[in-house]
Amino acid sequence: MHLRRRIAVALFATIAFAPMPRGASAQETPVRGGTLIFGINSGDPPTYDCHQSVLFPIIHLLTPHYSNLLKIDTPNYPKIIGDLAESWMVADDAKTYTFKLHGGVKFHDGSAFSSEDIKATYDRIRNPPQGVVSVRRGLLADIDTIETPDPLTVVFKLKQANRALIYAFANPFNCVYSAAKLKENPLYPVRNVMGTGPFRFVEHVGGSHWTGERFKDYFKSGLPYLDGFRALFTPGPAMINALQGGQIMAEFRSVTTADRDRLVAALGDKITVQESPWLDLTLVTFNAKKSPFNDPRVRRALSLAIDRWKAAEVLPRSSIMRYVGAYLRPGSEFAAREEDLVKMPGFSKDIEASRAEARRLLAEAGVPNLKVRLINRMISNLFTPAGIYVIDQWRQIGVEVEHVQANETLYNNSMNEGTFDVAIDFQGDSVDEPTYQFARHLSVDLSSNRGGYTDRALDDLFEQQKNVADPQERYRLVHAFETRMLTEAYTVPLLWWQRIVLMRSNIRGWGMTPSHLIGQDLETVWIKP
Amino acid sequence: MLRYTVHRVLLMFPTLIGVAVLVFFMLRVIPGDVVEVKLRGDGGNVSQETIEMERHRLGLDKPILYQFKDWMVGLVTLDLGKSMWTDRPVTEEISIRLELSLQVAIMASIVAVLIAIPLGTTAALMRGTWVDYAVRIITIGGLSIPSFWFGMLIMISLLYFFNWLPPITFTPIYVDPVANLTQLIWPALAVGYRYCAVVARMIRSSLLEVLNEDYIRTARAKGVYEKLVISRHALRNALLPAITVIGIEFAFLIGGLVVTEQVFNLNGIGMLFVQSVSRNDFTLIQAMVMMVAAFYVVINLVVDLLYAVFDPRIRYG
Repeated sequence: MHLRRRIAVALFATIAFAPMPRGASAQETPVRGGTLIFGINSGDPPTYDCHQSVLFPIIHLLTPHYSNLLKIDTPNYPKIIGDLAESWMVADDAKTYTFKLHGGVKFHDGSAFSSEDIKATYDRIRNPPQGVVSVRRGLLADIDTIETPDPLTVVFKLKQANRALIYAFANPFNCVYSAAKLKENPLYPVRNVMGTGPFRFVEHVGGSHWTGERFKDYFKSGLPYLDGFRALFTPGPAMINALQGGQIMAEFRSVTTADRDRLVAALGDKITVQESPWLDLTLVTFNAKKSPFNDPRVRRALSLAIDRWKAAEVLPRSSIMRYVGAYLRPGSEFAAREEDLVKMPGFSKDIEASRAEARRLLAEAGVPNLKVRLINRMISNLFTPAGIYVIDQWRQIGVEVEHVQANETLYNNSMNEGTFDVAIDFQGDSVDEPTYQFARHLSVDLSSNRGGYTDRALDDLFEQQKNVADPQERYRLVHAFETRMLTEAYTVPLLWWQRIVLMRSNIRGWGMTPSHLIGQDLETVWIKP
Repeated sequence: MLRYTVHRVLLMFPTLIGVAVLVFFMLRVIPGDVVEVKLRGDGGNVSQETIEMERHRLGLDKPILYQFKDWMVGLVTLDLGKSMWTDRPVTEEISIRLELSLQVAIMASIVAVLIAIPLGTTAALMRGTWVDYAVRIITIGGLSIPSFWFGMLIMISLLYFFNWLPPITFTPIYVDPVANLTQLIWPALAVGYRYCAVVARMIRSSLLEVLNEDYIRTARAKGVYEKLVISRHALRNALLPAITVIGIEFAFLIGGLVVTEQVFNLNGIGMLFVQSVSRNDFTLIQAMVMMVAAFYVVINLVVDLLYAVFDPRIRYG
């Protein structure tokens, strides 16, 4: 049998017979014991403090040690369930959130958990003390006061209605810390790991590994199933070899299609493939402060010239970019439906008409022979193909492009200092929620957007959609926001990504979701003997 | 000899100061810093205010000459500061990895020297025969094949034939010698092959040169056993240039196994170098460059002293 066919057959078998997420695998009785060894395709985390970071290794390493107020129910994504909260209530005006907490919860040092810990945690995020970095401060800006009427009740009162705030309480980065420890030292979590999660921290050997062991007093009876976990730092090519060689059992972020095919061909039914559209999107960002990209006609012309539907056929062969969509993940509740999407600028299936319009706009803007300097990251399985594809598309309307691939620091510096012309950029998130996905595209004084633009009409649309309870009305407003973004073309989508997670076939109880930032507490994961 | 040694030791300091100045200012020429990677690395939408706060905390907003003064004072007092990425002391970051890198360097050197000396000597003594040609093929192969590629071949072969790979977490040799050697023998072989080829070629050519010297002819004319002529008179002199190569290669192995360490997932100095450069972790890069420079300088000193041991003309010159 030819190799390609063998891979296809094996892939079909592994995906088709992959263990279903938690709900479906409930027919099997979980077995206690064992140590899960998984890989982290990264180096050491910069901090142990969830509140300080946006990096994925933080989540994969720290989530098993901490609990949150709420969390995403991974088998029923994006449904929210309680974590430390036993129940909760949102007032009709969405200005008061009341949480009843589980009783008998203990921290890993044996101290009792109470509503004061929730208050201290959320106060630290929204009003960080001197010397504490809090990167999600803006997410909680609407909170006015936090009250703790009794040890098991916490009430958040808001300055203004905010229906999306419920997702902030389920944000995996908002780990709950001990109020007593924070009182002693607000920087305690930066170098210490002590939560109420299913696993106690054991050790972190820099650049090598991170280990945790089952917390015997975990408040959820019978959980976790594993005796412990061991995360190995396996950056670069070693990850796939380690999976094949059995030194690690899983990698929870994503691998490339080529790596998937190689492992499926080598390991057959010993490996399970789980795939999902990913809540990550490749963007093309224009520097709206720099001529000629301060002219919306130029930006729109460059966006119109990109055939995204063709990209969805071509780019999956060499990368994990796969799905056509605007600023919300295709398939998510408020994402533009295909019949609406094709009417939005840049998504027409008649690419020749779009390119004719693009040429006209460039001529009208006085730059018929435009030259562009495209800055990009040096990531060969994602950013490089995106850059090459965009260059090819722009050449078809006579635009000359210089492709500059820079390392992380040079790239970030160019973006933040605003010295770039056009950049291949990306956005990622932990849950499908327009308020979070759109927040990064607001005017520069509200979002630090990379293009440096100010657009109050966008800001207004954002505010309008935020608190609309009626889904039809919200879809209309969200659609208006996306159309405005695409018409002004400050930063335009290329393709949404595909998430591919590989794990040994005997691993159960882990649920695939569109985000690599959720569902990593490992409390329901078990190893089939 | 003592005067010579003191003179050489004193010469080390201006070299190290020069390296310190160069590395500090060259790093600052490159735009960007660690904060952007740390707080915006995964596409995070972090405010500029937060970025500036972290820059202030790390002292990156201070005037460059002030930062330089801090760095030089730290060097003199042996306080190399904290990693800007992990906030841990750089000495701790380095010491975790140094044991592994040193062991790989030592093992690769042992592999190389133990194979290279007999191989180079045999090739020189049997010049023009099939043995010489065979050695030439082996050594040219070693010089042509990059270590990391050879390492990848080793890994793929182990996977293909045995469906097995060496462990990827480091166990010190005093804790579990078997686990330790099972992990490190493969990179030592991958790197040692190239190292061995360099040394063997060097020994062959210098031995050929020495064998044509008058004092070798004189020794043979005096009726000294051929084995003694080779070992005591020829090889001892031929080893002098080889010692230089062995020293430089050893120093290179401490921080230079960048790709090989990635291939074998070794938590060594080379991997740390790559990570700290990609994050612009200035304090860690500076400390590592100083450490590698110090290794080079010390090993050069040792090589020079060994020259003096092997060649009395240098000792008394």
